[in-house]
Amino acid sequence: MTDLFLVAHIAGRGVAIAAAQVDSVVDIGEIVAVPRADAVVRGLAALRSRVVTVIDTGIALGLSRTPDTMRRAVITVAEGHHYAILVDSVEDVAPFTRLPLSPGLALHGGWAAVGCGLVERDGEPLLILDLAAVVPAPGLAA
Amino acid sequence: MDDLLQEFIAETRETLEAISGEIVAWELAPADGARLDAIFRFVHTVKGSCGFLDLPRLARLSHAAEDVLAAVRDGNRTPDTALVNAVLGIVDRIAQIVDAIDAGATLDDSDEHALIAALAPDAQPTAPAAAAPVGRSASRSVRLNVDLLDHMMSGMSDMVLARNELARQLRDGDVDPKVEAALERLSLTVADMRDTVTRTRMQKVDALFSALPRMVRDTSAELCKAVNLVIEGADVELDREMIELMRDPLVHIIRNCIDHGIETPMARRAAGKPETGRLVVSARQSGNQILIEVSDDGQGIDVARIVAKAAEKKLHTPTELVAMSETSRLQLIFAPGLSSRDTVTATSGRGVGMDVVRANIEQIGGRVVLVNTPGRGLRIIINVPLTLSILSTIIVGVGTQRFALPRQAIEEIVMVRGDQVRPDMIGDAATATVRGKRMPLVSLGDLFKLTKDAPPTLVIVSTREGDYALGVDTVLDTEELVVKPASPAVMATGVYAGMTLPDNGLPMLLLDASGIAAVAGLRFAPVAAADAVTLEEVVPGIPALLFDDLDGQRRAIALAVIDRVEPVSTEAIRWSAGAMRLSVGDAIIPLYAVGDFASRREVAVLRLTDGESEMAYAIAEAIEIVELPFEIAPARGSGPIAGVVLIAGEQVELIDPHALFSGQPVMIASPPVCLLQVDGSGWMETFLKPALEASGYRCVTSLSKGETAAVALAMEDAPPCEALAPVVTLRRAISADGANDASIYRYDRPALIAALAARRTI
Repeated sequence: MTDLFLVAHIAGRGVAIAAAQVDSVVDIGEIVAVPRADAVVRGLAALRSRVVTVIDTGIALGLSRTPDTMRRAVITVAEGHHYAILVDSVEDVAPFTRLPLSPGLALHGGWAAVGCGLVERDGEPLLILDLAAVVPAPGLAA
Repeated sequence: MDDLLQEFIAETRETLEAISGEIVAWELAPADGARLDAIFRFVHTVKGSCGFLDLPRLARLSHAAEDVLAAVRDGNRTPDTALVNAVLGIVDRIAQIVDAIDAGATLDDSDEHALIAALAPDAQPTAPAAAAPVGRSASRSVRLNVDLLDHMMSGMSDMVLARNELARQLRDGDVDPKVEAALERLSLTVADMRDTVTRTRMQKVDALFSALPRMVRDTSAELCKAVNLVIEGADVELDREMIELMRDPLVHIIRNCIDHGIETPMARRAAGKPETGRLVVSARQSGNQILIEVSDDGQGIDVARIVAKAAEKKLHTPTELVAMSETSRLQLIFAPGLSSRDTVTATSGRGVGMDVVRANIEQIGGRVVLVNTPGRGLRIIINVPLTLSILSTIIVGVGTQRFALPRQAIEEIVMVRGDQVRPDMIGDAATATVRGKRMPLVSLGDLFKLTKDAPPTLVIVSTREGDYALGVDTVLDTEELVVKPASPAVMATGVYAGMTLPDNGLPMLLLDASGIAAVAGLRFAPVAAADAVTLEEVVPGIPALLFDDLDGQRRAIALAVIDRVEPVSTEAIRWSAGAMRLSVGDAIIPLYAVGDFASRREVAVLRLTDGESEMAYAIAEAIEIVELPFEIAPARGSGPIAGVVLIAGEQVELIDPHALFSGQPVMIASPPVCLLQVDGSGWMETFLKPALEASGYRCVTSLSKGETAAVALAMEDAPPCEALAPVVTLRRAISADGANDASIYRYDRPALIAALAARRTI
């Protein structure tokens, strides 16, 4: 059984994102900071007439801050709110077979929270990134 | 009313279309509970709407159908083909009548009793009558899908952004004035369009409230209750969709309040409440929510009875009910099929309403909170989210960023300069003193870590807890903004109320003044404590006017009966035709006075009115408006004094306007005159006069011209020379001189007073 996945690069690693979770892929414009919000929230950006919350994927994964020059983002919708997940780059959309995480695979930090499986592209394993897990849960931050 | 009727027709048609499938399905499987519920809800809604639109035929039909369906729901009847057919016959007839109303045509109602009779358990199956369809008339209103409106809204915003972008591009280059004029025109059109499109979504909550007075009037008349409806905050704007969705629940809640909450006038009087019940419907905005509150001063919810009902209906096991908290027990009124009423009325039915009400409100992401005070009333607070709302805001700049502040929270904006406004540090807490008033100061730049500089501008914001000064760099503009809820990660900061996208295309955050105060750690303890006290029991007292009466007594009268207070010349007051009258312009109105005012040239009168007739009450001086306490010590005897109330530690007589208007004899109640036949020893003046005056007599030693004495006092050895008044004779000896001696021992005070009262001319 195959699903459609979007192959993208985050923090230098290739990942697969379930196409069902992706609303669109855009280059976002100016980001307005949100003082006092958690560092995961990079700020707000306008997407046509909609305001999206921009998520710093680097910090969400427990890595370093995503550089300001990176403006490509995957838009996802969680509980009625739109989020822009910053990514390094986006390759393409292709059908893959969803595989379980390899036994004994030790994911650490943020990766462990967001990884939910594997796909194999020409023999290269890609971690399936659960966008819903990247979006900060209510009650977090503050 | 026409609008409401149109809406009712449109809505009923829409529901009819929606349930037509359910009806067919129910016909095939009469035992299906879900289908039954859908049809039940339909007839219930129709019944509810008919009540206040005054459509008795529809009300009759839907009530009959509802009865039968309720019996099926309760398991008292099994749905068979005959019953299904009969109900469907009624649903069809409802559709026909609705069409007829719309077309303004009349529809024969001769066979309607047959339709209703067919619902009876032993009815013979009848062939469904095929009535001729009535032509539908064209309507000037259309119902649109909300998605379409949303799409239009976002398209509009995009258009505004495109216009701005175009304007920016043109500003950079050298532009032909013609192009500029065209752009100008485009801008105006776009602005106009934006307003229109916005209006399609927003509506004043007045649209929801305007039908209430009529409905309350009709419902209360139907139930023989007196209800005074107070509507507050009708200007609050609400999403049109929200208004539509709120309509039915609100109507239902209010009908319930009148039916179950407010008691009959007799019961109210027995409970010591005013006969007219008070029903307050208010709307207000609080943060990113709209609160619609319906409060009555009725009997509240009898929780014990609700629990008993729930046990009887086996909604919960007794063990569960015992373990329930008071709040959860109260929540039982939302359980399906539970009514606190033992009898079924046409008004609010059998309690099917409240479960539907809660379902409707929760469907739009709202919440219902009940505040029950048994015997005192019930407050139902409906919280609905402000999904889309236009807010008047002030844009402030801090560092490089801009924020919006709701205008309603702002008291004033002051610049830090001179002596009038000075920021200080008290310990490590910043304060601002604005024209002598000291308040906490929160520097937004500091709080948000945007700048370190001292803020040059202070925005004085008021929150529920107290006022404080918010320091910002600049105040930029005022703007009407469409505020949307921000994502949870942003809201978690506690300092924002939402976000918005202004014309410049950069998202902006809306600040939450209370949230900022909380995050900055401001404490408004004393005010908060006072707030808690008022929350406990807010029963508005009756305002009354406190005044000094002509006889020197301090009295109070309910403010509502006073039309105005005005000075009149005493010459305008005449004792004519057996009553005191005051001439005002061309009219003569009765005057009531408890004391003498002949010595004055002018006297203040209270012009009282009961809405129709008018009368005047002469007073010495109006003092102030006070709130009457609940406790009133009743007066003894009749008369225009209702009782005695305690105002600021002082006993004050409360005037009974009812007695005044019901035609109490109007007279100058000046104290009776007691003529003292002095014998030159001075005993009467020194010993007797104070005692007599304390008992309400005015003592004179000789009558002035035209004055008459009520009673005269004389010593046994100095009888009065002429009989001006009945005489009470005093003697020096303690014991009487024989049985015929009617004189009174001069130090026997009770006997003296009694004798005076007995003999005096009234």
